[in-house]
Amino acid sequence: MSRYIHVKVLRQQDPHSAERWETFSVEHEPGMNVTTVLQRIAAAPVTVEHESSTPVAFDACCLEEVCGACSMVINGRVRQACSALIDNLCADGRDTIELRPMTKFPVVRDLVVNRRRMFDALKRVKAWVQVDDYFDRGPGPRVFPKEQDEAYPLSRCMTCGCCVEACPQYHDDSPFIGAAAISQAILFNAHPTGRSAADERMEVLAGKGGIADCGNSQNCVKVCPKKIPLTDSLAKAGRDATVYKLRKWFGR
Amino acid sequence: MAKQNVVVVGGGLAGLAATMKLAEMGVHVDLISMVPVKRSHSVCAQGGINAVNDVTRQEGDNEWKHFDDSVYGGDFLAHQPPIKEMCDWGPRIIDLLDRIGVPFNRSPEGFRDQRRFGGTLYKRTAFAGATTGQQLIYALDEQARRWESEGMVSKYEYWEFLGPVLDDAGVCRGVIAQDMFSMEMRAFPADAVVLATGGNGLIFGRSTMSMICTGGAAGRAFRAGVKYANGEFMQVHPTAIPGTDKLRLMSESARGEGGRVWVPRKPQDERDPMSIPKEERYYFLEERYPKYGNLVPRDIATREIFEVCVKGGLSVEQNNLCVYLDVTELPPAQQKKLDGILEIYETFQGVDPRKTPMKIFPAVHYTMGGLWADYERDANHGGLNLGSPRNHQTNVPGIFAIGEADYQYHGANRLGANSLLSCIFSGLIVAPSIAAYMGGRKGSKDAPSTLFDGAVGVHKQQYEKLIRNDGTENPYKIHIELGDTMTRNVTVVRYNKAISETLGKIDDLMQRYQRVGLSDKSNWTNQNLSFTRALGDMLLMAKVIAQGALQRDECRGAHYKPDFEIPGPKAENPADLRREAETWCDGFQKNLDKWLKTTVATYDGKGGTGFDGKGGFKIEYEAVDTSMIPPRPRTYGLKGAEIIEEVWKERIAKAKRGPGAEKREAVGAG
Ligand SMILES: Cc1cc2nc3c(=O)[nH]c(=O)nc-3n(C[C@H](O)[C@H](O)[C@H](O)COP(=O)(O)OP(=O)(O)OC[C@H]3O[C@@H](n4cnc5c(N)ncnc54)[C@H](O)[C@@H]3O)c2cc1C
Ligand code: SF4
Ligand code: SF4
Ligand code: FES
Repeated sequence: MSRYIHVKVLRQQDPHSAERWETFSVEHEPGMNVTTVLQRIAAAPVTVEHESSTPVAFDACCLEEVCGACSMVINGRVRQACSALIDNLCADGRDTIELRPMTKFPVVRDLVVNRRRMFDALKRVKAWVQVDDYFDRGPGPRVFPKEQDEAYPLSRCMTCGCCVEACPQYHDDSPFIGAAAISQAILFNAHPTGRSAADERMEVLAGKGGIADCGNSQNCVKVCPKKIPLTDSLAKAGRDATVYKLRKWFGR
Repeated sequence: MAKQNVVVVGGGLAGLAATMKLAEMGVHVDLISMVPVKRSHSVCAQGGINAVNDVTRQEGDNEWKHFDDSVYGGDFLAHQPPIKEMCDWGPRIIDLLDRIGVPFNRSPEGFRDQRRFGGTLYKRTAFAGATTGQQLIYALDEQARRWESEGMVSKYEYWEFLGPVLDDAGVCRGVIAQDMFSMEMRAFPADAVVLATGGNGLIFGRSTMSMICTGGAAGRAFRAGVKYANGEFMQVHPTAIPGTDKLRLMSESARGEGGRVWVPRKPQDERDPMSIPKEERYYFLEERYPKYGNLVPRDIATREIFEVCVKGGLSVEQNNLCVYLDVTELPPAQQKKLDGILEIYETFQGVDPRKTPMKIFPAVHYTMGGLWADYERDANHGGLNLGSPRNHQTNVPGIFAIGEADYQYHGANRLGANSLLSCIFSGLIVAPSIAAYMGGRKGSKDAPSTLFDGAVGVHKQQYEKLIRNDGTENPYKIHIELGDTMTRNVTVVRYNKAISETLGKIDDLMQRYQRVGLSDKSNWTNQNLSFTRALGDMLLMAKVIAQGALQRDECRGAHYKPDFEIPGPKAENPADLRREAETWCDGFQKNLDKWLKTTVATYDGKGGTGFDGKGGFKIEYEAVDTSMIPPRPRTYGLKGAEIIEEVWKERIAKAKRGPGAEKREAVGAG
């Protein structure tokens, strides 16, 4: 006998329209995830009230939790839709899932939000290695496995926004740049070449919207789908900012 | 003088490499992409990137051998000068990536670590955890962001390319694109346009590719007159995890690190795989290809897995075809290297592959064919003449194609870990090529604004027509049917009868597409429209793929037609075996003369959307440049492989001595 999953979606036609709930019913398939559910709705957008509707707009690309596109709030928790398996969501025997857009970014439509603020923050902290040019100048600096082991996890940040969605300090009225950008600043400050711009990054981390805005609630690290050790980065940013300010204070 | 402006469509590895190099050269770039470039499909690449390195060099490796492996892996269908140049650049490209911060895995002493990938005997592949593509694209994305902050790059993310703008002389003067949020359409005037829009796996329904890999952009360029080459060559990856929305790749590195492929000798043995004793397991790749073992080239692995399940009836499950890929025996250190990909399995299947063998099956994976692009051979070293504007320029002046969207580097089959290299390489070298092209031309500002207004008008009309279309056909259903027929008949094993049926089916689907009805008719973030528009392009390109496959009556690389396979020698007695090998080589030569050619499709409508019923194209063939490495048989697993190779070597040697000698010998041998 076929089993059906009820999917409650918080929809919004465009940034100026009001929100509304719509519920769809989707036939269960073994191994199906939330992105599949949304694809099935797109193919037959009819609500449980038998009213024809429109496909639910959502952001997704890789479908394997590596591009960061598909973050949304699923059953009250922010996460990637592509790695949210229905069988896990409904493990306790329930047959309803609830989908909402993230709340910390402007809604474009339905589950699509605009995460520009995160990318702007990456620009502010100069999240890159400033090389002279792209000519052939031999290999990069020697790196020991231990250093690589520290850099690699931070380097997996996919700017998905889960961390800032969960962060109480990140909202419209705050200039806080958020855990992801801070962690990237730490990553590039640790890089042998990236380090040459360390002061410029510290200027941002020690300034308005920087590390001082973090309330240390540690929500971010709990929701990061890439398990990035954000609290380590935040702690390091805090220490480095103190040292940086002291150094500046003493004119050095 | 107006500042030069180039439009780069697509911000995967190829588009980003082009962008950063152009910016460094002082050229402003408008970078247009359907998704924030950081989320491009390139993030999915797992295994690594190939280049000769200091260690392999001391084991006897060199650029020429990498070149040879690539050419041989591609079954000689690719022009050799671009591949030679790419392999020569390999080590320098890895160094550059290293400098811009890619966290490559390290040896204890702090050097870059390397692993071995399929199709080669050397550890040439540099890697960053099991997310190499993600790490590479991030490093390039960061460089592009740096140029953006300096005003040299303007990003247009969530913008969809609709088509190039050509002037009366047929020269490209810019593109038309649409904001995927506001649905605003506008022209982007440019001195040159680069298409770096990736592959087209979605034509096969589910594949290992990302949701946006429809190939729609290439289809639009094709309609505008850009030729499309070798469409029928699609790589099927041997090991993917079957899923409802996507076939997730299990990278070759799982086998590279020692993963073993097997099935229970007893069909559909229901025991827990861990409890099945070794002697009751059939390690079919190791048994059949002792030299390469589990690391046979992709096409062979794919066909073997297919065969063991379909013909051999040894699929692990009855209804869900699959074999085991087993990493449970690997030591923890090696398993750790694979963490990224093992996590994918665990996340999406809910099973820990460190403790239970994974279930896998082949899936469509890489688009070898693509937009036709030119090159200029350097007469001295046989590689590319890098100052030439011809490199990567398509037949339409001012349009350049790079990355997976072009057809240049992988011939009939791509060598694993070579495409990240080809994407970055083509992106880096297209920059000087464009500079050379622009050198002699008037700026885009000189193009009349009526040209752009007119082009926007045409696209607006088509948009209106599609959104208003009064029909009942469901685009998603058409897509599923397209994927089914393409996967069934135009992938691993191809028969002409079945391909013809698929062509008929595509015609039906094109008819139904005319009657498509959108469930969303709004003018704001209309994903329904964007998908349906791309479906029109997918249908056309599916036809190009299938028609190319139908016409090509041979086996080459990923294109496998059992009806045209040259039967291998069977004799036991050496004299007979020798005679059969001679006959085999005659057949091989005849086939080369007939089929060692690039398939080139040219659209013969003018403009159009696929929605207007125009879908005609013609297919022609072009000679392949094999100037440096003469073609030789790929004889993996063939009985009598040695004797065939011997006979073939003798023939090549004779041919080298002069055409006269060859003829005399041939008569003598008669
Ligand atoms: C799962 C997987 C694993 C792989 N692993 C490896 C590996 O280990 N080693 C290796 O060498 N290769 C690997 N490959 C292949 C390799 O990843 C790809 O060939 C390569 O990343 C393609 O890069 P690209 O820049 O050409 O295109 P993509 O990364 O696909 O980027 C295409 C860009 O074009 C844009 N675009 C497309 N259409 C439009 C449009 N209409 N308008 C505007 N923008 C558009 C997209 O937004 C995107 O920015 C793998 C592939 C897959 C699927
Ligand atoms: S620890 Fe800081 S950044 Fe993380 S959620 Fe709490 S306040 Fe936000
Ligand atoms: S730190 Fe984690 S949660 Fe935050 S953006 Fe990066 S990957 Fe997402
Ligand atoms: S679609 Fe890429 S992370 Fe989910």
